[in-house]
Amino acid sequence: MESIEFEKPETVDQAVALLQGASGNAKILAGGTDLLVQLRAQMLEPSVIIDIKHIEETRKLTKNSDGSYTIGAAVAGAEAGDRDDITKDWPGVIEGWELIGSTQVQGRASLGGNLCNASPAGDSVPAMVAAGMTVNIAGPNGRRTIPVEDVTVAPGRTCLEKGEFVVSFNLPARPAGGGDAYLRLIPRTEMDIAVVGCGVAITLDDAGVVKTAKISLGAVAATVLVVEDAAKAIIGTKLDADAMSALDAACQAACKPIDDKRGTIEYRTKIAGVLARRAVTIAAERAGEK
Amino acid sequence: MSSERREYKWVGTRQIRPDGHDKVTGRAKFGSDFSLSGMIHGRVLRSPHAHALIKSIDTSKAEALPGVKAVITSKDFKDQPSELKPAGEGMVNYRDMTRNVMAREKVLYDGHAVAAVAATTVEIAESALKLIDVKYEVLPHVIDVDEAMKDGSPILDDKMIPIGYDTKNPTNIAKHVEFSLGDTDEGFAAADVVIERTYKTESVHQGYIEPHAVVASVSEDGQAQIWCCTQGQFMVRTFVGQLLGMPTSSIRVTPSEIGGGFGGKTVVYLEPLATLLSSKVGKPVKMIMTREEVFRASGPTSGGSMDFKIGATNEGKITAVTGTVRLLAGAFPGAPVAPACMCAVAPYDIPNVHIQGYDVLVNRPKVAAYRAPGAPISAFGAESIVDELAKELGMDPLKLRKLNAAKKGTKAAYGPTFRDIGYEETIDLAMDHDHYKAPLGPNQGRGVASGFWFNIGGESSATVNINEDGTAVVISGNPDIGGSRASLAMMAAEELGIEYSDVRPIIGDTAAIGYNFLTGGSRVTFATGLAVVEAAKDAVRQLCERAAKIWEVDADGVVWDDGHAKPASSNVGEFEPLSLAALAAQAAKTGGPICGHNAQNVQGAGPGFATHICDVEVDPETGNVSVLRYTAVQDVGRAIHPSYVEGQIQGGAVQGIGWALNEEYIYSSNGTLENTGFLDYRIPVASDMPMIEAVMVECPNDRHPYGVRGVGEVPLVPPLAAVANAVENATGVRMEALPISPPRLLAALDSSNIKQAAE
Ligand SMILES: Cc1cc2nc3c(=O)[nH]c(=O)nc-3n(C[C@H](O)[C@H](O)[C@H](O)COP(=O)(O)OP(=O)(O)OC[C@H]3O[C@@H](n4cnc5c(N)ncnc54)[C@H](O)[C@@H]3O)c2cc1C
Repeated sequence: MESIEFEKPETVDQAVALLQGASGNAKILAGGTDLLVQLRAQMLEPSVIIDIKHIEETRKLTKNSDGSYTIGAAVAGAEAGDRDDITKDWPGVIEGWELIGSTQVQGRASLGGNLCNASPAGDSVPAMVAAGMTVNIAGPNGRRTIPVEDVTVAPGRTCLEKGEFVVSFNLPARPAGGGDAYLRLIPRTEMDIAVVGCGVAITLDDAGVVKTAKISLGAVAATVLVVEDAAKAIIGTKLDADAMSALDAACQAACKPIDDKRGTIEYRTKIAGVLARRAVTIAAERAGEK
Repeated sequence: MSSERREYKWVGTRQIRPDGHDKVTGRAKFGSDFSLSGMIHGRVLRSPHAHALIKSIDTSKAEALPGVKAVITSKDFKDQPSELKPAGEGMVNYRDMTRNVMAREKVLYDGHAVAAVAATTVEIAESALKLIDVKYEVLPHVIDVDEAMKDGSPILDDKMIPIGYDTKNPTNIAKHVEFSLGDTDEGFAAADVVIERTYKTESVHQGYIEPHAVVASVSEDGQAQIWCCTQGQFMVRTFVGQLLGMPTSSIRVTPSEIGGGFGGKTVVYLEPLATLLSSKVGKPVKMIMTREEVFRASGPTSGGSMDFKIGATNEGKITAVTGTVRLLAGAFPGAPVAPACMCAVAPYDIPNVHIQGYDVLVNRPKVAAYRAPGAPISAFGAESIVDELAKELGMDPLKLRKLNAAKKGTKAAYGPTFRDIGYEETIDLAMDHDHYKAPLGPNQGRGVASGFWFNIGGESSATVNINEDGTAVVISGNPDIGGSRASLAMMAAEELGIEYSDVRPIIGDTAAIGYNFLTGGSRVTFATGLAVVEAAKDAVRQLCERAAKIWEVDADGVVWDDGHAKPASSNVGEFEPLSLAALAAQAAKTGGPICGHNAQNVQGAGPGFATHICDVEVDPETGNVSVLRYTAVQDVGRAIHPSYVEGQIQGGAVQGIGWALNEEYIYSSNGTLENTGFLDYRIPVASDMPMIEAVMVECPNDRHPYGVRGVGEVPLVPPLAAVANAVENATGVRMEALPISPPRLLAALDSSNIKQAAE
């Protein structure tokens, strides 16, 4: 292994300059719970590691006056889980984020890292997608904002250009009658990679009819999916048995999983339907609670 | 000898373990913590193929890399004759062993060692591995035990001569064994109910947290010192000596603290390589396996397939059992087939039994021991079919077991007649336990299963040195895996009549203490414990002699009582008792140091029996199984230190639950291992488990002064079937193959739903 440079910029511009100026492969370090594991497994040989945790913007979680949130890309799951406001408004987003790893991993694991690691099984991503979150990207040409689901283009690959990194996330205000949820299936109770993950965000009207829905599946395709047919299956319904089985079928139809050591195509497909039904049920209960 | 019934001061109490502080503060030195000045680093090149001929190995480029000090291949090891030589409990074949530590004509599994490099840094050693050019001719491979037995299967060793199995053709069957009692034809003829089934288990790894690690230093005069994490420093000395042609006196092995072994560290992998590299370079060489290497190259236990047939009367009396157990051995012979066959139905008094077993080569790493080697596998089959019998007869599964339970005087199918055993008591306690009566909810089920393990004694040496201030040092020779130092110190304190905290137990290296068979077979607290008790008694005898000298009376006029020498009776004279400390202080004047010693080949291990109860809940839509409650009842003889006995029981139960639910080796179609880490090799995590309740039955072993039986292995025997039986009880679906992982269970549930719908 060659020697690796280590940088701790304090501003976004410094970080962008370092990324852009790097000769070999530059890697951002947030919590390091993916990066350090990959370094030790010799999957990566970066020339420079840029720790973004000294940039204030990446470390802040703010509730804005309109009820929306700005979440720094390097905020750790444990920090968010300690906050009453966001855990109450978006329990599903927090669920996806806070079940990553174990207590130790939680002290570090960030949304930016989970998203930019670009695993199809990243646990925080489906709930972020369902909630309609966007990312603020900084780069040599200034800033741009895109939906979370557009960041990953293939397993292990993001749309970030040379010199770009994720500074923060935007999470909308919780809509009236809104509820969200995230469920995953793993054979154990923790320390495992999702065989299937499902994020759901819905709104109900006063009569309990689904007004809007966004349903997202993880680990069943090369990237996290948004399943529009699943949303259609339940919008305008009171989540009766027919709607639920249509939802289940739509999710199964959307799956394009692989057979691997973590799950078979058949199993992943079936479970996608099961988790979608269960997550929608939880989200609807939460929407009803107000 | 019979176990003494008396009031104990230390035996049966829960003392702080002497190694505890160092372990919780991080001061304890494990294998990889050891370093020497001038030390260099060794790494191993491993086969990327499951089965291939080695056509050539060119190491010249690696040798030329700056920083590389030595490269070795099988050419550097002299070949060994193919013969079985006794080594401790079993027999070893050094021809196989030398090929396992370094592949010779062929590589036989993904991860098989092909060459090793020593270099000034780990990084240089790893770069050097990439420069070694090995030409392979890839051969067809076989991973599955049943496939390996078929005609036309790829053959691993066409020169192998099977034992107990007649064939003219090359075969992967290394051995066939048989055990029988009575006449099974008659037994089945007398049965009202006969059931026949086939079961299968996967190979599983012991899952010790600490990877194999060694530092070896060979001096110019050929004296070798080895520090390593092992279950037996004497075993390492014997094997390294044999493989490298060195006299035993020139090798000194010091065991480190050990981060788990469970049987997996009863063999050598790195030790001979590091020793050979060090002797070539003249510097200490350190080698540590990565986790990936542990999975690819160290021995798991066998997987197996088996057929069982059971017959019983309508009243539930079992009249006959037959079984065939096929165990995969990995790349070299040595699957635990005999113990698998012997243990399968040992808990029962059955008049007619015939069990046979096959030891089968496949392209996987050679299996190593794992707690009660072989028994959990065969017990999975036997205890599943006993459960099916109970269902068929409409009988409570524990009542059925009790009706057929082995007791004192029962002749086991594998030969011996049992002395005092506590199997029935384990069933009684399980039946009376509130767990067994607790109500179950929807999708929940309860399963029970029993298990048997022999336990062993073996060669044991111990020294008890009385210090000048009245404290004592106990030297024994078994690496402490389960708290044995605490138990040995407690037994010494009991005999000497001094405080537990005044006894310091240490583990000697191979030059500090007489030979000890390794830590295995649940033998240490029993056998080494017996040697410690005898050594302490030897010290007491000397202490009494010293008092007799001081009092000028005959030695037999002095008795030892509560840490003091006292006159045996008033006829001897009136003397103030002399404490151990007082006698120790005067030792120089009364004859010199007081050192108790004992060495013997300990016989009389008492077998262990256990009965477990498991509650599960099954998610019918995902196939996920949660273990809700688990109670393990075990005859422990006498618990010297109850906490560590409970720890053994709990650990065994958890390992068995992992074996039942999720653990398996996943091979690619090329025969390479795909899950080489704990992320995808799924041992249970803490949050998967309920508190395992350990219930101890104490039926003393009459051949140990305190009644000790081995306790470390039998707790892994029942859980596989207990879990499967619980899943059946919850779902009505019988899982005949392990692991009962969510995808497999869901597939079974779905196909049974389809079948039911069709009916
Ligand atoms: C024991 C253990 C258990 C785990 N369990 C889970 C689990 O249950 N579910 C799960 O989804 N994951 C799990 N993980 C993986 C990991 O913890 C998560 O993916 C985590 O969210 C990564 O965040 P991080 O801040 O540590 O990322 P890092 O390791 O710092 O970064 C990950 C990757 O993203 C890049 N990156 C990080 N931040 C940015 C940014 N702002 N802009 C651009 N690129 C960036 C890095 O260069 C790197 O390539 C586990 C990991 C471990 C070690």
